[in-house]
Amino acid sequence: MDKDQTLDCYGLLCPIPIIKVAEAIRSLAPGQVLEVIATDEGIQSDLPAWCRRTGHVFLGIEKRDGEYVGYIRKAGP
Amino acid sequence: MTEADPTKKMNIIVFSGDMDKVLAAFILATTAASMGLPVNMFFTFWGLNVLRKKSFTAGRTFLQKIMNIINRGGASRLPLSRFNFFGLGPAMMKVMMKKSRVPSIPELVRTAKNLGVTFTACTTTFNVMGFKKEDFIDGVDAFSGAATYLDEALEARTSYFI
Repeated sequence: MDKDQTLDCYGLLCPIPIIKVAEAIRSLAPGQVLEVIATDEGIQSDLPAWCRRTGHVFLGIEKRDGEYVGYIRKAGP
Repeated sequence: MTEADPTKKMNIIVFSGDMDKVLAAFILATTAASMGLPVNMFFTFWGLNVLRKKSFTAGRTFLQKIMNIINRGGASRLPLSRFNFFGLGPAMMKVMMKKSRVPSIPELVRTAKNLGVTFTACTTTFNVMGFKKEDFIDGVDAFSGAATYLDEALEARTSYFI
């Protein structure tokens, strides 16, 4: 998937990945895509939950070699 | 959409000064703030220890001074609610948390402040224990009582007592 920025949350536990996502999304322009790489299983449901609350678009999350890779499109403006 | 919605405020009363319970309070507070919710944490009774500077000398009267030698302040030296074993439990827990890369309480306090979480300190506990404002860290937004808390809490959709 095309992405504009990658956020590495490798080895980090809840709630740090979500806090980092909230920080990272601020530096993107509306419509841009943030890629999130995490190892904490909770991210699978935390990322879509965070998107539901903040209005950003959850594009999906997949498991690759023990890592979770998720994508969010920043809502605008 | 990403702006804070005032009708979805969150309030947390931090009554406990136990590391594990305070950890839960701060995980919820920082996550809620990351979701764009305005969060206020009201610290009362033992919970005030989180906001106190490391000191042995708080208190005005003899009894307050004695109490505050036993009841040490400082976010970095809170006891565990179980298996405290005179400080051995928290020491082990801190190592385990660090290995799992879970932030410490002082780190979570800073993160919460950076995310705009407001801290309110209870004036009743403050006076009973004989604290002074200098006994507290920077970042305490208000010193107030139950009516202020309830005024905030009645607007909030979520309130926790920890």
